[in-house]
Amino acid sequence: MFADASSFVQSVNSTFIFIVSVCVFFLALITTMMIIFVFKYNRKKNKKAVNIHGSVPLEITWTVIPTILVIIMFYFGWEGYTLMVNAPANSMVIKVTAQMWSWKFEYPNGVKTDTLYVPINKPVKVLLHSQDVDHSFYVPAFKFKKDVIPNRNNTAWFLPEKLGKFDVFCAEYCGLRHSYMYSAVVVMKQKDFDTWLSAQEEKQKDNDTTSAVKL
Amino acid sequence: MSSNSLAVDKSGNLPSYLIDEGKRKGILAWLLSTDHKRIGIMYMIALLSFFAVGVTLGFLIRLELLTPQGTIVNPQAYNEFFTLHGVIMIFIVVVPAIPSIFGNFFLPIMLGAKDVAFPRLNLLSWYLYVVGSIMILLSIVLPGGAADTGWTFYIPYSVRTGTNMIFTLTAVFILGFSSILTGVNFLTTIHRLRAPGMGWFKMPLFAWSLYATGWIQVLATPIVGITLLLVIIERVFGVGLFDPTLGGDPILFQHMFWMYSHPAVYIIIVPAMGVISEIIPVFSRRTIFGYKFIAFSSIGIAVFGSLVWAHHMFAVGMSNNAEFVFSLLTFLVAIPSAIKVFNWTATLYKGSIELEPPMLYALAFIFLFSIGGLTGIIQGALNVDIYLTDTYFIVGHIHYVVFGGTGIGIFAALHYWLPKMFGRMYNKKVAKVAFWIIFVGFNILYFPFLILGWLGMPRRSYHYLPRFQVYHVIATVGSWILVLGLIIMFFNLLKSIRSGKVVTEKNIWGGESLEWQTQTPPITENFVDIPVVNEAPYEYKQNEEEFLEKEEVL
Ligand SMILES: [Cu+2]
Ligand SMILES: [Cu+2]
Repeated sequence: MFADASSFVQSVNSTFIFIVSVCVFFLALITTMMIIFVFKYNRKKNKKAVNIHGSVPLEITWTVIPTILVIIMFYFGWEGYTLMVNAPANSMVIKVTAQMWSWKFEYPNGVKTDTLYVPINKPVKVLLHSQDVDHSFYVPAFKFKKDVIPNRNNTAWFLPEKLGKFDVFCAEYCGLRHSYMYSAVVVMKQKDFDTWLSAQEEKQKDNDTTSAVKL
Repeated sequence: MSSNSLAVDKSGNLPSYLIDEGKRKGILAWLLSTDHKRIGIMYMIALLSFFAVGVTLGFLIRLELLTPQGTIVNPQAYNEFFTLHGVIMIFIVVVPAIPSIFGNFFLPIMLGAKDVAFPRLNLLSWYLYVVGSIMILLSIVLPGGAADTGWTFYIPYSVRTGTNMIFTLTAVFILGFSSILTGVNFLTTIHRLRAPGMGWFKMPLFAWSLYATGWIQVLATPIVGITLLLVIIERVFGVGLFDPTLGGDPILFQHMFWMYSHPAVYIIIVPAMGVISEIIPVFSRRTIFGYKFIAFSSIGIAVFGSLVWAHHMFAVGMSNNAEFVFSLLTFLVAIPSAIKVFNWTATLYKGSIELEPPMLYALAFIFLFSIGGLTGIIQGALNVDIYLTDTYFIVGHIHYVVFGGTGIGIFAALHYWLPKMFGRMYNKKVAKVAFWIIFVGFNILYFPFLILGWLGMPRRSYHYLPRFQVYHVIATVGSWILVLGLIIMFFNLLKSIRSGKVVTEKNIWGGESLEWQTQTPPITENFVDIPVVNEAPYEYKQNEEEFLEKEEVL
């Protein structure tokens, strides 16, 4: 079974496929017409042209039909977008901090990591903070991104539906090492995630105490 | 410009603008000329030189991306390259290109005027253009180095970078003034200087396209001017406008930037559509299909195009209402462009089509611009745009629109009008070979961008993951083919200006607009007697007469 990596994948894919199909149809139509006309009415065969000044019915047809089509496309896009807007109330909240040129993730219990670990099938709400310039939190496999803008504190959410490790990119150009600003999302089973999180919490506590001792 | 061999009249014609230097001699007869044709030529020389710089940068960018990192330059150099490539190609090349070269040269002739409304202002806008452009080149060599922000200059990064931002922004500001002056000049020319009898609907469609463009230039360019000025003020005096550390709002900058830069897409593309609307009926030898629909769709684009800017910002976190409205309007702005494409295609129907080089470029324009427009529609959908924005998909889209549209439009215009401008014909066979190389190279270069975007490759990336490499390699090979085609094309055109076959006939292609009724090359002030216009353009009466005769026989 091919599960989608996130709950957004299906709507983005189906909207994309619908629009691309319509576009390919029109491109093929226009191109075929051009090629047919160029051959059929080539001057070698067709010395005399016929003047046709226009046709209002045709103009109306090729205004109204594309208008209806683009409004349908708009509707699919909008419908898909509304899925992305509001995070469910039971979301796990993770604070994402972007800076030139790395990502930091902070869990409700205070655990901080460089890689984002999340449990499968549980909505995650990310609070997006930038320490310096604009960045964009982008997980291609989840078909989703959101800009991370200083002082703006955008939020976003996603529902991971497939186990695995997925790339995180910075999609907004942010200077010298923008293209190295990678991280990853690791989607785990709830059980594994819980174990991982408590282990991290322990480790971090130990670190805190050792560093406190050192002080 | 050696003019000795150029068409000194065999048939008692007046000396052409190339020979008639006016009061001044030599180089000053060019640099201080207020003749719209000479200014057009000066724009052409400057602009195509900058185009060569832009192409070189693009070529180097592609070379760097042949491997996942570190092929030829370091990341800082790469970031400066793509910024310069964007700044040069957008602000110095495609925004001014068609109005300032071909608009300057042909608009007054097509309207039956002696010159533009404000010839001296016209010369001033050329000087502003050259000063702005040279400042951008200087920013490369001055300490600090060329801007590395991308051509969009997004704040806060553009306030923080140590590169020559102020220089670059001032240059773009000056270029904006040049653009505004050209717009004012053309609007006034079209309103005031049409020949007797030339009503609005007897104007060639190229004039209509420059009219729509003029309004966008005049209304939208001041916004980017003031925006860039505010950034300069912010950088120099530390006034908090956009920079969050000073209490400003970076999103305000994005809104102001795109309020100009989206309409600028139409400053870029509408004149090219005008060129195509001239070429298609001429090489089909018939009247254009749906003249008024094409004319009004230019105006429709100008109006709706100024209301869609925030579609560049669907991922910044705007209100849902804003996302809704901007997405809907973005879909609707596609309609006037679609109307044009349908009308051009219908103009081929029952024509008598000759595939001369200008026509090949015009048909390629329709195909490539359609891909550009349709990929734009794909990104109009909100959920899809959230995924595709800031990836290679947008880079592919902009190149299909701006290069496949306007770039190819410029090449079409060069092949169409250059023989008129210089009285010399290029080698048509070589022109056709160059065309096919360019067309093939173009698609091999840019189509993989669309695939890369759908696979999630972020734009402006020096480094990329190995799984993307195959598409980058294909694209880079495409860039070699494209550049080869460009070299052949320009070599052929340059050679024609120096030593091409002399053309003295007025109507080289069988066109019906007024530039084909003047001498080749045109004389100073264009006409001996100002023409009187009785007919709409592209009437091709011979078709009608034939028709009538047939009917009479029947
Ligand atoms: Cu970045
Ligand atoms: Cu836009």
